[in-house]
Amino acid sequence: MEEAILRVFRGDSNGGEERIYRVPLKPGMVVLDAIHYIQAHYDADLAVRWNCKAARCGSCSAEVNGRPRLMCKTRLDEFRGTDVRVYPLKTFPLIKDLVTDVSWNYQVARQIPPFTHKEPEGKPFIVHQVDVERAQEFHKCIECFLCQNVCHVLRDHEGQSAYFGPRSMVKIASLEMHPKDVLDRTGLLREKGGIAYCNITKCCEDLCPEEIHITDNAIIPLKERVADKYYDPLRALLRSLAPSRRREEST
Amino acid sequence: MITQTRSPAVSSAVRPIRQDAWWVGPLITVVVVVVFAVYAVWAAAQGTNYRVEPYLSPFYSPVLGEGWWTLSPAFLVIWIPLGFRLTCYYFRKTYYRSFFGDPPACALPERRGASYTGESRFPFILQNLHRYFLYLAILLVVVHWYETIQAFVFDGRFGIGLGTLFLLAEAVLLSGYVFSCHSFRHLVGGCLDCYSHSALGRARHRVWSRVSLMNERHHLYFWASLIAVWAADLYVRLLASGAIGDPRIIF
Repeated sequence: MEEAILRVFRGDSNGGEERIYRVPLKPGMVVLDAIHYIQAHYDADLAVRWNCKAARCGSCSAEVNGRPRLMCKTRLDEFRGTDVRVYPLKTFPLIKDLVTDVSWNYQVARQIPPFTHKEPEGKPFIVHQVDVERAQEFHKCIECFLCQNVCHVLRDHEGQSAYFGPRSMVKIASLEMHPKDVLDRTGLLREKGGIAYCNITKCCEDLCPEEIHITDNAIIPLKERVADKYYDPLRALLRSLAPSRRREEST
Repeated sequence: MITQTRSPAVSSAVRPIRQDAWWVGPLITVVVVVVFAVYAVWAAAQGTNYRVEPYLSPFYSPVLGEGWWTLSPAFLVIWIPLGFRLTCYYFRKTYYRSFFGDPPACALPERRGASYTGESRFPFILQNLHRYFLYLAILLVVVHWYETIQAFVFDGRFGIGLGTLFLLAEAVLLSGYVFSCHSFRHLVGGCLDCYSHSALGRARHRVWSRVSLMNERHHLYFWASLIAVWAADLYVRLLASGAIGDPRIIF
C-alpha cells in the first residue's frame, strides 16, 4: 500500500523535535486523517485541536510544508513524492505539539465596540438586502485565524501591540458597514487598531479558507474611511457643508 | 493593548519553508517594472518625436508649457500617472513584495523585526494621497479620450490608422484602470452604510456594484494599461522619427 511520510512537530513551550511517521495512504485522505491515524496507531498523546473535519469550525489550523492551512482541507495526494511536514502556527504561543494558544485574538476582539444602534424613531427600519450584503461576506468567517497567523505584521514584525490583525479588521468592517450601527470606529482603527500597519500585501486574503476578500472588501474600504476622516481636508469641508448621518466616536 | 510572548519552542531554523517557486512572480515584476521605468524616463526626457499628426504620445498628453517650459513637456504631466500608480493599492502590494520583500511571499520569514511601521510613518503615510491622484487621473482620462478622438481625423476627414488603434486601446485600458480603482469604488458608493435610505443610494449601489466587478480585475487593467501606454508611445515615436509608416484607411 502506498504510504505518506509525515514529519510532525512534537514538543511544548520548552522545546521539541520533528518525528517521522509512515501513514498508509487512502483515496481522498487529508492531513487531519493522517494525524488521527498517528494518534490511533503510534502516539496517542499527539496534541491536535479539531472539531468538525469539514472546514466549518476553524480549529485545525496548522502549517503544512511551510504554508498555513486547515488540515481538514489539505489533501495528502497534493504532496506525492515529498514528505509532509506538519507544524503548529508560528504566530501564536505553543501549548503542545500542534496546539497553539490563540486567546490573544479573543482579547483583541473584546476591544472592538460591539454593534450599537439607536432606538427607532417613527416607522420601523426595514433592512434591505443591498444594505447588508457586504457584511454577509464577513460573517462567513470561521475564526480559524490563518489570516492572523500569516499576516507578516504579527508573524514577523511582532506587531501584536500595534495592529489588531486581519480578522479584527473584518469584524470592524462588518460593524462599520452596517446600516443601523451608529458608532464611528475610524479613530480606533487609526490608533489602537493600527490599520496603517497593514501594507495590503494580501496574504490574509490569499489564504482565507472561506475566500473572504479580506483586503479588497474589508481592509482597503476601512483605510479609505480613515483617509476620509484624517487625510482628506476636501471631504471634511464637504461633510461640514452637508452633514449626513453623523456617527458617534467610539472610545 | 494586549501583547503576547511567542514561544521559542519551534526555532525558525527548524521550521519548514515553502519550497514552491514563489520567487517567479516577484522576479517578473521587478524586471517588467524596471524595464518600463527606464523606458519611461528616457521617453519623457527626449522632448522630441512625441507628436505626429493626428497622434500624440500618451506620455505627453496633454501638452503643457509650450512657449515657457524649456525642459521636456512630459515632465509637466507624467507625475500624475506616476503618483497614481505608485499609490495604487494593487501596485503597493506588488512592490512591497517584489522590491521591499515585505513580505517576499506569504509565510516566508522576514528579517526586519520590530522596526516595521507599515504605512503609519513617512514616507509611506503619503499613500493616503491616492485619492487626490485619482481626481487628477480622471481628468487625464478625459484628455486621453479627446486625443483619441482627434486620432480619427486625418486632414479633416474621418479615418482609422494603426496609430488610432494603439491610442484607442490605450484610452480604453487606462479608463478601465482608473475606474476600477479602490478609491473610486469607495467614492461612488463604498463610503455609504445604508444604500436604501441615502440620497441617490440605489443608483450609487448600482454604480458601486459595477465598479466592484471591474475592481476584481484591477490588477489586469494595471498591467494592460501599462503595456498599452508603452506601445502607443513607442509607435508614435517610431512614426515621428520616420522609422515606420502608418497604415490607414481614410473615408
